[in-house]
Amino acid sequence: MPIVWLVLIVLAIAAVGYVLGRTRALQSATGDVRALHSLPSYYGANVALKTIVPAFGLMILWLLVQPLYVNSQVSEMISGSAIEDGASLNLVMAEVRRTAYGLDNAVAAGQIPEELARNARADVIDMTQRLKDAGQVVTSDITQPVLRAAQTYRIMNATGYSIMAVAVILTALAGAAVSWFQTRAEYRARNVVEQGVRILLLAAASIAILTTVGIVLSLVFNTWEFFKLYPATDFFFGTTWAPSFSGRGGSSELGIIPLLWGTFYISLVALLVAVPIGLFAAIYLSEYASPRVRAVAKPLLEILAGIPTIVYGLFALLTVGPLLLGLFGDDGLGWMKAGTAVMTAGLVMGIMLIPFVSSLSDDIINAVPQAMRDGSYGLGATQSETIRQVVLPAALPGIVGAILLAASRAIGETMIVVLGAGAAARLSLNPFEAMTTVTAKIVSQLTGDADFASPEALVAFALGMTLFTLTLGLNIFALYIVRKYREQYE
Amino acid sequence: MTDASMQSPETGHRSVSLTVADAHTKKRANAEKRFRAYGIVAIATGLFFLIVLFASILSQGIPAFQRTVVSVDFTLSAAQRDEAESTLFKTKAYSNLFIAQLSKELEDQGISVDFDEAAIERLLGKIGGTIRTYYADNPGKLGDPVKFDLAASSRVDGYFKGRVSRDTLQDSRFLQLSDLDLVDALKQAGIIKQAFNWPFITGADSGVDNPGGAGIGASVIGSFFMMLVVLGLSLPIGVAASIYLEEFAPQNRFTDLIEVNISNLAAVPSIVFGILGLAVFIQFMHLPQSAPLVGGLVLTLMTLPTIIISTRASLKAVPPSIRDAALGVGASKMQAVFHHVLPLAAPGILTGTIIGLAQALGETAPLLLIGMVGFVARGYPDGFLAGFTEPNSAMPAQIYTWAARADVGFYEKAWGGIIILLMFLLTMNIIAIILRRRFERRW
Repeated sequence: MPIVWLVLIVLAIAAVGYVLGRTRALQSATGDVRALHSLPSYYGANVALKTIVPAFGLMILWLLVQPLYVNSQVSEMISGSAIEDGASLNLVMAEVRRTAYGLDNAVAAGQIPEELARNARADVIDMTQRLKDAGQVVTSDITQPVLRAAQTYRIMNATGYSIMAVAVILTALAGAAVSWFQTRAEYRARNVVEQGVRILLLAAASIAILTTVGIVLSLVFNTWEFFKLYPATDFFFGTTWAPSFSGRGGSSELGIIPLLWGTFYISLVALLVAVPIGLFAAIYLSEYASPRVRAVAKPLLEILAGIPTIVYGLFALLTVGPLLLGLFGDDGLGWMKAGTAVMTAGLVMGIMLIPFVSSLSDDIINAVPQAMRDGSYGLGATQSETIRQVVLPAALPGIVGAILLAASRAIGETMIVVLGAGAAARLSLNPFEAMTTVTAKIVSQLTGDADFASPEALVAFALGMTLFTLTLGLNIFALYIVRKYREQYE
Repeated sequence: MTDASMQSPETGHRSVSLTVADAHTKKRANAEKRFRAYGIVAIATGLFFLIVLFASILSQGIPAFQRTVVSVDFTLSAAQRDEAESTLFKTKAYSNLFIAQLSKELEDQGISVDFDEAAIERLLGKIGGTIRTYYADNPGKLGDPVKFDLAASSRVDGYFKGRVSRDTLQDSRFLQLSDLDLVDALKQAGIIKQAFNWPFITGADSGVDNPGGAGIGASVIGSFFMMLVVLGLSLPIGVAASIYLEEFAPQNRFTDLIEVNISNLAAVPSIVFGILGLAVFIQFMHLPQSAPLVGGLVLTLMTLPTIIISTRASLKAVPPSIRDAALGVGASKMQAVFHHVLPLAAPGILTGTIIGLAQALGETAPLLLIGMVGFVARGYPDGFLAGFTEPNSAMPAQIYTWAARADVGFYEKAWGGIIILLMFLLTMNIIAIILRRRFERRW
């Protein structure tokens, strides 16, 4: 892994630069620290910073741009002639990359000599056989253009990385040299370093924006691709979800309505479990419980929030599902056909959401001023009357906000529904039937699939976009309500 | 209002003593009791669910730490080896020798049971090959008695753990009713017994048809490398971002934008981060699929908001007087923050980071999208650097893989995996709590 070495080399140059910069500063002040503008370590840090930051910046930029450049160059090579009917450029490019990767591995294992791997006149059939002998996963027959493209791809990448290594090291050295020559007793090293650190801090804070931009771009771009292949109206208003992986497009029906219905139904069941339990638990803990009970019960309930969702998923699949099947299945009431159902997933998700509702409501109920309670007691109301007629109405907006946040959690929850809700997309009112959700279908459409050209895979991005928009809307609305309420009593 | 209160003494006139509750008072007192009971019931229900959850994890997961082994003393002389090697079906010759010695051992103990080679294969798998490989690797052991600890097949294991019983067993190529007679005989002879399942903790995943051999060790390593990435990236970035927002950020639109983004990212469903990872790291940057490096990057983005929020809280908890004192003796703003505020906030930051890591460790959904399921993680990475880039599984992804397999034997493994996962989470949380207790400062 040469990049690791590159990083280490740059760091080593920076370390040497630090020592040299510090020494030079001390020398220029003839060993008298008081004659320096800043502490000696700042002169060292100045050199180190100016070595590392441009070098790593260049490296990251290069690593982002090079694949784009190589891709566009190589796809120009194969455009037109090599693309067979029904295959897209993406697919051919994936094959090119796979072949190039196979060549790399075979060369690394010593099974194909480097000259042959680079030889632009190498025989295709011979090469395919050699790759297969080397144990590399290669499609049945590599065509001439693909092999040539793969060879170019390899060479361009290898050359690119070598140039990058040289460029990065040169940048590091240049940065070190320039800052070393700048180092004088009067140089304002501390101010420069602090300004640099400040910019780095700002860059770190901006990663949050970058992440959001990344999410939005990757969703929007792929959703756009999807809507080019599949009409948006059919997606948003279609009532059948029946993807087919056999044929390439055409035969699939990808309507989101059944998935949204499953999502909402399961979330509704979950909220019906979580809201009463969570709310009453919060009321009891904040209004009635002694400090000792509170100190024990609250953390215990919050354990439920710390358990990974995969555990709940397994709990739904293997414990709750069979239990419900025993009660409502053919042996019992006969409403249920299999362990995976809306009820199973909803119930378990409800358990997961209890601490979520209770903690948030607890905070909100505690924020209601004591004077309001005291006023109510003074009028002769009992504790429960005070809670029902004074505290809860005052806390209502906040509690609604908490419930909305819980709802957004429920909509975005994945593992419980993947394992507990079943895989069939249907529009039904029976809560004991298997249904599926947006999140579960994102998983099933994308898992283990490296080809993003078919509408069946791309639909996952449109589903993700819907999910993102839904939860974002709910969150913003909920946070708005909660914040508005908090200001009321502060 | 005034009229009403004027009239009330007459309508609300009490005919009995104040110490005796009238119907209305009783109703109100009952309502009070009921309301209180609802609260208690709600908390009890929550705790009941917690207990049920843990009971089912423990009851179904603990058997995964037990395995059934057949330990047999076996002696092979050099002559027998040469004879076996000269036959056409070499492994068959070895297993015949094994069966001969096993029957002899049973006869010595006075237990008689009929069995054939096929039965032994159903119980123990293809033992001939195992024995042959052993003697090929250790030729020095020829002639000496060697104790073979052979793992029993998953059905036999199930028979010991009560998953398979005589009543429900249907004859199949995996196990037949007559085999259970042999198992009982072996049990009586003390040859077959239960032992602690070390291979489960240290081993790698097995194929879909061999639940007995599946272990979680390799995926623990995968999770470990992912956590290294998360820790190495999210701690410095998170702390830097928090310092900027808490100490340096001016009040402007851009700062507001960052703040809004962080609070929204904290609530974005984890699966969306998986989509981001798939699109950016795999589709766009062509990083290797299923690699802990990619998993770590995705989880870093997911953990960052958590770490930023908790770090900001602990920076905020450091009183302004500390900063003022530092500035007063001539420190720059940067020096005041890095030399004084940050060290005082460190325990809180550390606690928040550990809790964020624990959250990331249990996260499954994004890992499904970047391809950490759907293949069998058969081995450990070759070295430290390869650990980041070689395809591997992670603990929650491995548990999901097992839960999604058809063979019931894997469910036990999945529960066992959950126990291990929860033990890691518990340890991390306890460390966080201890750190908080130990270093928490009230100003």
